[in-house]
Amino acid sequence: MTRQMTGAKMVVQALKDQGVDTVFGYPGGAVLPIYDEIFQQNGIRHFLVRHEQGAVHAAEGYARATGKPGVVLVTSGPGATNAVTGLTDALMDSIPIVVLTGQVPTFMIGSDAFQEADTVGITRPCTKHNWLVKDTDKLSGVIHEAFHVATSGRPGPVLVDIPKDVQFASGSYTEKAKAKVSHYQPQVKGDMETITQLVEAIENAERPIFYTGGGVINSGPGASQLLRELVEATGFPITSTLMGLGCYPASGKNWLGMLGMHGLYEANLAMHDCDLMINIGARFDDRITGRLDAFSPKSKKAHIDIDPSSINKVIKTDMPIIGDVGHVLEDVLKVWKARGRKVNREGLSKWWARIDEWRKVDCLKYKPSEKTIKPQHALDRLEALTKGRDRYICTEVGQHQMWAAQYLGFEDPNRWMTSGGLGTMGYGTPASIGVQVAHPDALVINVAGEASWLMNMQEMGTAVQYRLPVKQFILNNERLGMVRQWQELLHGERYSHSWSEALPDFVKLAEAFGAKGILCKDPADLDDAIMEMLDYDGPVIFDCLVEKHENCFPMIPSGEPHNKMLLGEASTKDAIGSKGAVMV
Amino acid sequence: MSPLKIKKGSTKHSAYNLRPTFSDVQETHTLAVLVDNEAGVLARVIGLFSGRGYNIDSLTVAEVDHEGGLSRITVVTTGTPQVIEQIKAQLGRIVPVHDVHDLTVEGGSVERELALIKVEGAGDKRVEALRLADIFRAQVVDSTLESFVFQITGTPEKVDAFADLMRPLGLAEIARTGVAALSRGI
Repeated sequence: MTRQMTGAKMVVQALKDQGVDTVFGYPGGAVLPIYDEIFQQNGIRHFLVRHEQGAVHAAEGYARATGKPGVVLVTSGPGATNAVTGLTDALMDSIPIVVLTGQVPTFMIGSDAFQEADTVGITRPCTKHNWLVKDTDKLSGVIHEAFHVATSGRPGPVLVDIPKDVQFASGSYTEKAKAKVSHYQPQVKGDMETITQLVEAIENAERPIFYTGGGVINSGPGASQLLRELVEATGFPITSTLMGLGCYPASGKNWLGMLGMHGLYEANLAMHDCDLMINIGARFDDRITGRLDAFSPKSKKAHIDIDPSSINKVIKTDMPIIGDVGHVLEDVLKVWKARGRKVNREGLSKWWARIDEWRKVDCLKYKPSEKTIKPQHALDRLEALTKGRDRYICTEVGQHQMWAAQYLGFEDPNRWMTSGGLGTMGYGTPASIGVQVAHPDALVINVAGEASWLMNMQEMGTAVQYRLPVKQFILNNERLGMVRQWQELLHGERYSHSWSEALPDFVKLAEAFGAKGILCKDPADLDDAIMEMLDYDGPVIFDCLVEKHENCFPMIPSGEPHNKMLLGEASTKDAIGSKGAVMV
Repeated sequence: MSPLKIKKGSTKHSAYNLRPTFSDVQETHTLAVLVDNEAGVLARVIGLFSGRGYNIDSLTVAEVDHEGGLSRITVVTTGTPQVIEQIKAQLGRIVPVHDVHDLTVEGGSVERELALIKVEGAGDKRVEALRLADIFRAQVVDSTLESFVFQITGTPEKVDAFADLMRPLGLAEIARTGVAALSRGI
């Protein structure tokens, strides 16, 4: 027997059947029937954000901290267009998000109605897939399919556009089990022949490295566990992209730190000089590779990725393995163990000796100051004072983001939320709210720069309303730090529009929102101030005035290979050639 | 039987893996893409090409299986081997895409295009146009005292050649369908 119900009720029922208990959203004319249904039930908690972009980032934070899809409900027109940045962000970082948008009634579509926008048209390139549902009978089936698409294969954002008359009309409800998900079934098991090739390469490699990425996190905690087992058993060094931090513990002895443009010296040089690169769930992003024709010239490359279009996109792969990281690692371990757990011990010990030499460079050292707070020092202290806690870190985008990746240690997956692919300033505050919603008792810190933070600061209202004790740790240099750094290195120190003028008093701002504000400018007060932030049971804006002209190092200048890293101020003169200057 | 009459998943062992992937040679490939016949599916395919900077030399689309709700898109594209591989992988990622076949590497294909060509003129030129049309097996589908509309079917090269010949004879307008293609054999 099929159940009859209105489209609006179907939405709520389908969400419940999908196990959704949390929705981030903002009401408006075209979603009122759904909000009416939400009002009349208790199973789903709705969090009212202050801007639709915030809703999507909050859902992203929720998804990344839980591994479950994040759900967003917004209205038509501006509600949908405001969600576009979040959708693009989720697409670039492969985050499963289901966005439900209201639409003007079907008979008004195309008439330039009030708050009408071509939502599926606008969001087509920034979603994994989207649907406009014109028939109530199909609505619940589409929602179930949407969850399937968002979470299967390489995860990503999907959008379901629901006209208002479809929400009001009655139709028959399709159960989750009966929904059509048939032909979208991405391959999860890797090709055994190539896996065996990889195992052979593992057995013989003299200078191997694991290059891991967000795909390990997306594959679930089991994949991180398998990765750790493989790393420990082989004794190979491991590095990770920004997106993959936490898949292998920062305290692990084989950990080289993050790689890439602002990655660690030892990680980048090991990538450059290795003879076997095992890419697990990363995508050879331009922040990682630097100059393509000089990228890791001496290595055989294996690439494990669930998305066939990632293979050979920019870097030629010798051993492409299409499949889910967890499944493939399981098979790699199985085959490697069955063949007698061999590695090239002699080569490996020489390799580690070289890596240890690179480690001695201590590329993250900085000149401490007694007068001003160095941003690196602030993060060092934050790390020291929060280590061992049940901690989740979000960031905005810029210098502070790179410093956070360098100076904070991540022991587990799903504890680090940052906008990697799109680089969305304004991501961190709403993301921290999503994370705190998912983990109410955990310590959630958004490491921010003052410029990024201002981009979605309205979400402090959400934090205060729902008593979400998120800590906004702002490294305030009164500059658009990363822009300023590039202008210094690339544009003759002409600092065009890269300073933050007319900044608000963040302490007063916090108080205006009903949160706590803390100002810290003296290195001597830093520890006490951080403790005050941690001890406060509620949202905090921590205004940490830091050194204004600190640059973020190490750095691979644009258009240069891994072995041409800049380690500090002395090495920056004319570092970026004219070829590199056109790159971002 | 799938309307493509090609075994599903046959791309996996096809010969293109043997070609050098990273070369600068520009190649032209004909791709057959089987998709769900649903709203917006063509926009997804075209948007992929424009968004990622790929070329479309020719594109045709029509429903081929009414009951199954499937359409077939035939797209001719040009790029380096790496770009062609990317295009195929990216097309395969689109959710309503069922199958992507590279007819250029999968054992060859037959390709045909239909064109309607209007030629205006009088006297000798008119006679010459008719004579050439006969050689090309083009049919006259409309005629006035000052004009013909020819219908010609064949490979794009044949259509090009015929159009080039008509140019000095008073070619006024041309409408082409774009390429439809099927793999040879079973």
